[in-house]
Amino acid sequence: MSMIYRRRLFINRLSLVMAMAAMAIGMMFLAWILYTLLSRGLGGLALSIFTQMTPPPGSEGGLANAIFGSLLMVGFATLIATPIGILAGVYLAEFGGRGWVGPTTRFINDILLSAPSIVIGLFIYTVYVANVKHFSGWAGTFALSLLAIPVVVRTTENMLRLVPASLREAAAALGAPQWKVTMSVALRAVQGGVITGILLALARISGETAPLLFTALNNQFWSTDMNAPMANLPVVIFQFAMSPFENWQSLAWAGALLITASVLGLNILARTIFAQQKN
Amino acid sequence: MSTSEEQARTAARLAGKLRQQKWQDLLFRYSTLGFALLVLALLGAIITSLLLGAYPALAEFGFGFFTSTEWNPVTNRYGAANAIYGTVVTSFIALLIGVPVSFGIAVFLTELCPAWLKRPLGTAVELLAGIPSIIYGMWGLFVFAPIFADYIQPALSKTIGQLPVVGVVFQGPAMGIGMLSAGIILAVMIIPFIASVMRDVFEVVPPVLKESAYGLGSTTWEVVRNIVLPYTKVGVIGGIMLGLGRALGETMAVTFVIGNAHRMSPSMFDPGNSIASTLANEFAEASKDLHVASLVSLGLVLFLITFVVLSLAKLLLLQLNKREGLKT
Repeated sequence: MSMIYRRRLFINRLSLVMAMAAMAIGMMFLAWILYTLLSRGLGGLALSIFTQMTPPPGSEGGLANAIFGSLLMVGFATLIATPIGILAGVYLAEFGGRGWVGPTTRFINDILLSAPSIVIGLFIYTVYVANVKHFSGWAGTFALSLLAIPVVVRTTENMLRLVPASLREAAAALGAPQWKVTMSVALRAVQGGVITGILLALARISGETAPLLFTALNNQFWSTDMNAPMANLPVVIFQFAMSPFENWQSLAWAGALLITASVLGLNILARTIFAQQKN
Repeated sequence: MSTSEEQARTAARLAGKLRQQKWQDLLFRYSTLGFALLVLALLGAIITSLLLGAYPALAEFGFGFFTSTEWNPVTNRYGAANAIYGTVVTSFIALLIGVPVSFGIAVFLTELCPAWLKRPLGTAVELLAGIPSIIYGMWGLFVFAPIFADYIQPALSKTIGQLPVVGVVFQGPAMGIGMLSAGIILAVMIIPFIASVMRDVFEVVPPVLKESAYGLGSTTWEVVRNIVLPYTKVGVIGGIMLGLGRALGETMAVTFVIGNAHRMSPSMFDPGNSIASTLANEFAEASKDLHVASLVSLGLVLFLITFVVLSLAKLLLLQLNKREGLKT
């Protein structure tokens, strides 16, 4: 074998080994993080997590108020973001081809999709919290819904574009007006995909901490008042993990396990629904 | 009733129905337009509110705000240089580590991976992207940092740290937390984003091109280096910019491990601060108006930087799509 050929083979083998190593590194980090969560979080995962309030340092307690607050805010945020996101997505898919509104909105939406979430929190603080002069569950809800909207817009548009033209034409030929073609035929045909988008948005906002730090803040007690500061899982985890108290830290790990399990669960659920949609 | 009368009535009813549907369609079109404009207005509202909120600080300190390294709530003097430095440096470290690894993963997934492993491994990479950033932060602080301080930092300062000039970057107390740790955690976080964009753009390369190169006797690496990369150059850079955008604005993971010290040090072992971590640490407690305004200014700077980076990313990726459209 000539030198050149041997050298080429060597470089090839070297680079392929590096690629495999890169893949192994990625998988190692995933496994390592999941292992850490399980080994540190499972111990603290008791029924009391769901029934007791966040404790003062050094005494027993749970995360009930934080879990409830998170569910409430994420739930309301999804309720706000879903209709806005779907209708904006419908515009982009159905009418957004021409003119400046469609392309510009698509562009801006994609940027908002990856904009720093802490800036969204800052925005809600300056326009809402600073004006009503108190932190509140609603402020947290608004911040989360602003993060969810771009995700829903993006997936709704992408899904509607998958609808075959023949399906729309068939409905139009039967005399259906456009709104009926879009809402009851096209959107219906890609229902699964749109639900995937909503679930992905849900997964994204469930783990968000930064936008809640100065909107919902935190609350040590059980509170159902959306107009008052509200406990939520991510901020409680942040606060407890950064504290020197052992019982707080173990609660933080239990909360972290809980939140990761639900986020990854939502992700997998979204994927399953989408795979079914494709068939 | 005569037939013609009946026909006329049916025609009138149909015309009425058509008119009604036309109105409904117009209403439908404009209400969805309204929601699309709402998304557009959101961006304008974010920029306007940040500008208004930042104004007092920018008026007080002028351009010096961006160059001053002083950040002192007691004397009420604020400068953004430290935070900007920390943000840029940690993101740069993240790209330095993250880009080669992401590239390797993308090459593995598109060229090497057996077909039955493609789906599960691809999903695993995407799950890594789904893990909330606060989890990365906790893992970084409690698991990664101690190992980093005990084994990796001493090794680094004993070897590269002894070199002249560049050595200072790897010297300092081995605390586990600091700019380098923050950069590494950020790298782990952006790898899945960059890797999945790269994988997607690698897959648009027409098989004919690759097969021709293989037919001429190229090795896999030569195909990647000389066919795939030149063809997808723009998309690859777009993916990297996307990752950069993420790294710049990442808050929680950085806040846990960067050390939160308002200082600018050439050593990557020293603690520092990024724009996002400063906001996360101080905003809820800031009571002086000027302090709040300075923090909002930091947020404005962060938003503008990420806006530019993400716009570039988007434009590059769009360019690749356009070319793909022409190629059919």
